[in-house]
Amino acid sequence: MKRFTYTRAETVADAVAILADRPQAQFLAGGTNLVDLMKYDVERPDAIIDINSLPLKEIEELPDGGLRIGALASNSAVAYNAQIQARFPLLASAILAGASPQLRNAATTGGNLLQRTRCSYFYDPSTPCNKREPGSGCAAIGGLTRMHAILGASDKCIAVHPSDMCVALAALDATVEVVGPDSARDIAFGDFHRLPGDEPQRDNTLARDELVTGIRLEANRFAGHHTYLKLRDRLSYAFALVSVAAAMEIADGRIVDLRIALGGVAHRPWRDPLVEAEYAGAPAEDVTFQRVADRLLFEAKGLGGNDFKILLARKAIVRALRQAASGRPQSQTLKAIQ
Amino acid sequence: MDTALEDRFPTCPLSLTINGKPYTLDVHPWTTLLDLLRSDLELTGTKKGCDHGQCGACTVLIEGQRMNACLKLAVTLEGAAITTVEGLGTPEEMHPVQKAFVEHDAFQCGYCTPGQICSTIGLLNEGHASTREDIRELMSGNLCRCGAYTNIADAIEEVLADRASYREAAE
Amino acid sequence: MLDRSKIVGSPVSRIDGPLKVTGAAKYAAEHFEPGMLFGHVALATIAAGRILAIDTRAAERLQGVVKIYTHENRPKAAYRDSKWKDAVALPGHPFRPLENDRVLFDGQPVAFVVAETPEAARDAAGLIHVHYAAETPNTHIVAEQHNSYEPPVARMKQFLPPPPRGDAEAAFAAAPHKVSADYVLPGEHHNPMELFAATVRFEDEGRLTIQDKTQGSQNSRDYVCGVFGLDPDKVIVKNDFVGGAFGQALRPKHHLFLAVMASLDLSRSMKVEMTRREMFYLSWRPSCVQTVSLAADDEGYLQAVLHHAVHTTSRHEDYQENVANWSGLAYKCDNVKISYELVKLDLATPGDMRAPGAASGVAALETAMDELACEVGIDPLELRVRNFVHRDQNQDKAITSKALHACYREGAERFGWVARSPTPRSMRDGNDLVGWGMAGGIWEAMMSKGEAKVRLSADGHVTVSAAASDIGTGTYTILGQLAAEVFDCPIDAVTVDIGRSNLPKTGVEGGSWTAATTGSAVQAAAKAVVKTLLGHAQSMENSPLAEASEEQVEISEGRLVLEANHQVGTAIADIMAAAGLDAVEEQAKVGPDILSMRRYAAYSHSAVFVEVKIDEELGVVRVTRVVSAVAAGRILNAKTARSQILGGVVMGIGMALHEEGLIDHRTGRIMNHNLAEYHVPAHADIHDIDVIFVEEQDQRASPIGVKGLGEIGIVGVAAAVSNAIFHATGKRIRNLPITIDKILESEAVQ
Repeated sequence: MKRFTYTRAETVADAVAILADRPQAQFLAGGTNLVDLMKYDVERPDAIIDINSLPLKEIEELPDGGLRIGALASNSAVAYNAQIQARFPLLASAILAGASPQLRNAATTGGNLLQRTRCSYFYDPSTPCNKREPGSGCAAIGGLTRMHAILGASDKCIAVHPSDMCVALAALDATVEVVGPDSARDIAFGDFHRLPGDEPQRDNTLARDELVTGIRLEANRFAGHHTYLKLRDRLSYAFALVSVAAAMEIADGRIVDLRIALGGVAHRPWRDPLVEAEYAGAPAEDVTFQRVADRLLFEAKGLGGNDFKILLARKAIVRALRQAASGRPQSQTLKAIQ
Repeated sequence: MDTALEDRFPTCPLSLTINGKPYTLDVHPWTTLLDLLRSDLELTGTKKGCDHGQCGACTVLIEGQRMNACLKLAVTLEGAAITTVEGLGTPEEMHPVQKAFVEHDAFQCGYCTPGQICSTIGLLNEGHASTREDIRELMSGNLCRCGAYTNIADAIEEVLADRASYREAAE
Repeated sequence: MLDRSKIVGSPVSRIDGPLKVTGAAKYAAEHFEPGMLFGHVALATIAAGRILAIDTRAAERLQGVVKIYTHENRPKAAYRDSKWKDAVALPGHPFRPLENDRVLFDGQPVAFVVAETPEAARDAAGLIHVHYAAETPNTHIVAEQHNSYEPPVARMKQFLPPPPRGDAEAAFAAAPHKVSADYVLPGEHHNPMELFAATVRFEDEGRLTIQDKTQGSQNSRDYVCGVFGLDPDKVIVKNDFVGGAFGQALRPKHHLFLAVMASLDLSRSMKVEMTRREMFYLSWRPSCVQTVSLAADDEGYLQAVLHHAVHTTSRHEDYQENVANWSGLAYKCDNVKISYELVKLDLATPGDMRAPGAASGVAALETAMDELACEVGIDPLELRVRNFVHRDQNQDKAITSKALHACYREGAERFGWVARSPTPRSMRDGNDLVGWGMAGGIWEAMMSKGEAKVRLSADGHVTVSAAASDIGTGTYTILGQLAAEVFDCPIDAVTVDIGRSNLPKTGVEGGSWTAATTGSAVQAAAKAVVKTLLGHAQSMENSPLAEASEEQVEISEGRLVLEANHQVGTAIADIMAAAGLDAVEEQAKVGPDILSMRRYAAYSHSAVFVEVKIDEELGVVRVTRVVSAVAAGRILNAKTARSQILGGVVMGIGMALHEEGLIDHRTGRIMNHNLAEYHVPAHADIHDIDVIFVEEQDQRASPIGVKGLGEIGIVGVAAAVSNAIFHATGKRIRNLPITIDKILESEAVQ
């Protein structure tokens, strides 16, 4: 671990100001990802700004029926919050599909958004990695690609975003609230994470001097028809090979509104609002679900080791849509697939 | 040796409570709670199995919540109350969870055990486990390479079935 | 003496349990010495080549760094290979840390930092820059298997294939039913939960006391003394508590060498604790390619067995394990041909991992048996019953005991095997295909030479001592039980003193022989104490035991009495008082019965039944039920014995579904060297496991009738899971682990 100094920020303004002064500084919240990466010498900040004292832990109801989740609300606090469970059960389910209870108790909402890829080459400073060291190359390409992207990869990076929570937030059209030195702004969730392109070092569109302060969720009518289906190499405590967050509003057997986001397949939670819009009005049945899967995966490309993910994602999409339509979301405890 | 480094990265004052005992310390910012416990304070009941949040052997209770001590920088825990396995019971006077683990042979080598036990206390505090399936899923953050899982689940089921005695002992 | 079995056999809770559940049990890294320094190893990031230069400047500048060792400044150690060979050493050249500029495998130690704090040592190691001349590595066993060779020097004679019998090729060609397939197993990593560590206390007059994570304190001591030329009387190695090992801690590892080296060089106490990543390069279950060909007649009687196994070894040593010979003795067959070869790859030397050889070889054999049952068209359990054999045909010896029929019968009954529908894909539960599979397991019941000392105090307290290890196996408890049985005392009147090199001589804890060996030695020593007591009793005036022989007496409720009449006897305290003693102590030595071994072979056996449920579309596999029925002689402790089998089953499920060291063959480097990506079963993966110990009496396998349990639990499990997956899906997947991608790609689900 590289040597660093430690500062505790007491206010959001403080935190942002301190960061502005220290180009190699990083915010520390739950630490479940950053401390891990620092121990592997992947992240090498020279200063840590502890933001755990900031008043960003609340989960509050908004006048329009939505919810605001403070960036420091722990994953557990969000997943077990009664409002979240009643109105955004998809989010609760996705969170409970990820990591372990211990990690969820420590990990924060803001930190989860900024979680970095699990690509084993990214994690190994002795290998080239454009994400870790821009311009050094990508050792994953041509290597062990079982965990890697089938959508939206570039010739610079084939890593995937590891979060479960973010897949649900993408499906739910969340809004990310951020504060910079001069102003605050909102970022639509779909604009928050990026594809790697030529700059895989940038996971997201957050400016270097900005702090995520919260997430807003708008009221929706998905609580009756949703699911989070995660497929992985063991039944718990493993990153997704493929995951699907699906939500829909159904009337008279037809889809009124459809949301579907994929995890484990791309550099960001993968969503295509055009496809969703296209199937508004379609009957909520397998034929539709298969078409949705085909359309979402139309440009999917295997790299050899991860070819199976295309088939797996196709099946998972259909199954998740079926679960959502039937009103029987996947249990994160009972491991039989519903 | 470059002593200038010493000045550039000073230690930080830290006050916290561990197993009910107050500590006032000076720690390096890079010292994790796990290393503080195991190396500096010689409280070695909390185990290091991976040092990266991948095994759960270092599970402790921070303000009653189970967390991986290996991923917590000690310096961030100002004012916190920590409970480790040493704070739960002694060989002579075991906590009911510890007793249940012995009775059900819920361990073999014993190395993941303090983490399993702290995790169990956290699970009981959280109150989200009522079935065996719940226990399995909500204890999955604690790996046991000796494969004592079914016995661990038996021990926890017994404690769950006897919450009254658990509450009594916790008070 | 009668086999009273009041304590022995009963489910006594571990006597070390209270220490383990309260954090009071101290493992190797948990000891502290004044002025102690800390070491951390820097690892190679190439798999083959040479070190051109090592830049330690940045590391040296880090506050707290005391010294950095590389091959250029490493203190001298023994020159001859023989000095580096530990009790479990292999043919070839033992690895010598920081010996020269050669890199033989990914993760090889290339530098060692000693610092005032563990963090400083770790962080300085991260600042060391090594320049390499990398060579192209070969790490792919399938690609390299054409370069296999028969090991020129056998590690053990019984690992060599038995001579062929009959004409296997001709019988295979002529048989009406046959199967032949290749089975590929990946490298696996033990990953005990405790990190390897050593704490060295540097004492006056060149004395060292070392806490080491090892399965044999005397092996570590002898290694250290051999390598550094130390006086064995001045070095004590302790391993009171070992946080799992599974074979990985049989041989001394580089942490021990480096800790002692620095301690001697700097005259300071030292602690070295490995990282989880570092443990992926120590020893591992070798990747393995096997071809198994079986042929049967129309009734399923085996006509031919051919088994060819090739597994990995390193460039510098010939690791060997018994992979294929099981195929020549598990079932009756008169036409058998077994061959066994190695492939040298640019990887660390493999090592023994839980049921070494058998776990891999029986996985292939028992999958092939399932394939043969399908081919012949009979139930897989019935196929095994028909081919039951009472004799070890490999060695042409009788078998000491083999209650395998009882395993088949009781296991099948508990599992409900009779309800199995034979046709694949014919059993369902909701969205799931249900599969029932079974396999047999076998392991050699071994006993080695061992000694133990037993002391009985006048107040009735008993102390048992031997340099044995408890790696989670329950050794503390069973040794205590065995002594308590002889002295008819409660277990808490027994102190078990093990885990120290200056105790009576004991081999490494491995191969499932500790209970048989040290257990027998404890019993023998305890009986010797009784005999001595009798002698003292008979010296007393008017002794009621004056005419008694040692076979006629026993201890009951604090008195030495006639077995036939407990009224007749003398209190132990009185005997000792009369003799002017406060304790009686005896040491005993046991070993295998060489005469018996000429005629008999001893094995433990098992039958494993597995239910899997597989989502019919997605291919997600759940192992929902396991019944393991084990015949392993006498069970000393029903509780800890069951746990050993549970552990084997869990590791077997991992072998079947999860575990694989993933190597990037372009660089020869292991890429999933952590517990997030090297998957061992998590709690959610393990459902119901039922363990049955069938009745088996065997006084030939060991004097106390024990066969050992550490290995048998895993053997056959992977095959049973694989066979259940076949039964569920109708598709046979012959390369482990059976991950979801293989299920999809085999079209096992639609």
